[in-house]
Amino acid sequence: MAHTGSWRRALRAAFPVTVPVLTGYVCLGLAYGVLMAANGYGPLWSVLMSAVGFGGSMQYAAIPILVTAFEPLQAFLLTLMVNARHIFYGLSMLERYRGLGWARFPLIYTLSDETFSLVSTLDPPEGVGRRDFFLCVSLLDYGYWVAGTALGGLLGSVLTFNAAGLDFALTALFVVLFLEQWKERERRPAGVIGVACAALSLAVFGPDNLVIPAMVMILAILLGGRKLTCA
Amino acid sequence: MRLTPMETLGIILVVAAGTQITRWLPFWLFPDNKQPPAWVTDLGRVLPAATMGLLVVYCLKGAAWTAPPHGAPELLAILAVAALHRWKGNVLLSIAGGTALYMVLIQRVFV
Repeated sequence: MAHTGSWRRALRAAFPVTVPVLTGYVCLGLAYGVLMAANGYGPLWSVLMSAVGFGGSMQYAAIPILVTAFEPLQAFLLTLMVNARHIFYGLSMLERYRGLGWARFPLIYTLSDETFSLVSTLDPPEGVGRRDFFLCVSLLDYGYWVAGTALGGLLGSVLTFNAAGLDFALTALFVVLFLEQWKERERRPAGVIGVACAALSLAVFGPDNLVIPAMVMILAILLGGRKLTCA
Repeated sequence: MRLTPMETLGIILVVAAGTQITRWLPFWLFPDNKQPPAWVTDLGRVLPAATMGLLVVYCLKGAAWTAPPHGAPELLAILAVAALHRWKGNVLLSIAGGTALYMVLIQRVFV
């Protein structure tokens, strides 16, 4: 069947570019599964969260909520704050995801940091459709994350080892992504502004209220700076 | 596990809904046939860098800055991540190496 052949070609083109995400997601998904298990949430819960919620940093941020009290509104607002950056991924993908029909649903549903970095940068090779290629990349990444979580959840309930500090994997991921952004010279001022505004916000508003003031400051400075350079 | 199964399910759905709103919003605001204004596109170019900086600080908010060890394990582990990434440029190695160092530091050194 010709149709199956075209999907196989797309998969063959997509898999190699997702290998870095495979390693990263299995590592971080595993850490997430272990961390959830350490907090009393077995593999079924962690896999359900990964499959439905699918948002790495937010899933980590939701653990304190799962172990304290039932605060759905707080969880919702925290999710919007932590994931507000997705808005800018979407804005960047408006053009590349144009006219892809039904495929837009799974593509946008699974648009994570790492998937975004791939689909915004890479083009499908000759003979592979844009839709099939983006879909394979997105669904492979999604699968890695869910599988990693399952593995961590299963190991976490069998193995007992001191997991204190394992959640630093998330901090390390953001440091790495920050360094990747830093490679582009024109983005460096924004990177410095991000760190400075967040640090200032942490010092002034404290650890529990730092995100929104920091985002407002970042937006004000970036938009103000744009106005200055355009004038 | 502190919440009941129904409460846990509720949190999962709320987290999923919040995440999906942030992913779909631009596609709702600017449908297939509309071009976003220039300030939006300009912002989209530099905002990821600022956001990553914000997220790094966000992750460090719980560290002991005013009392010993004054964030030393976090800063040392971040230096290790940066050095590894500069050296090998392998995302997994940088993350795994920095995390392993951090775990040793807080479990064995700064106890």
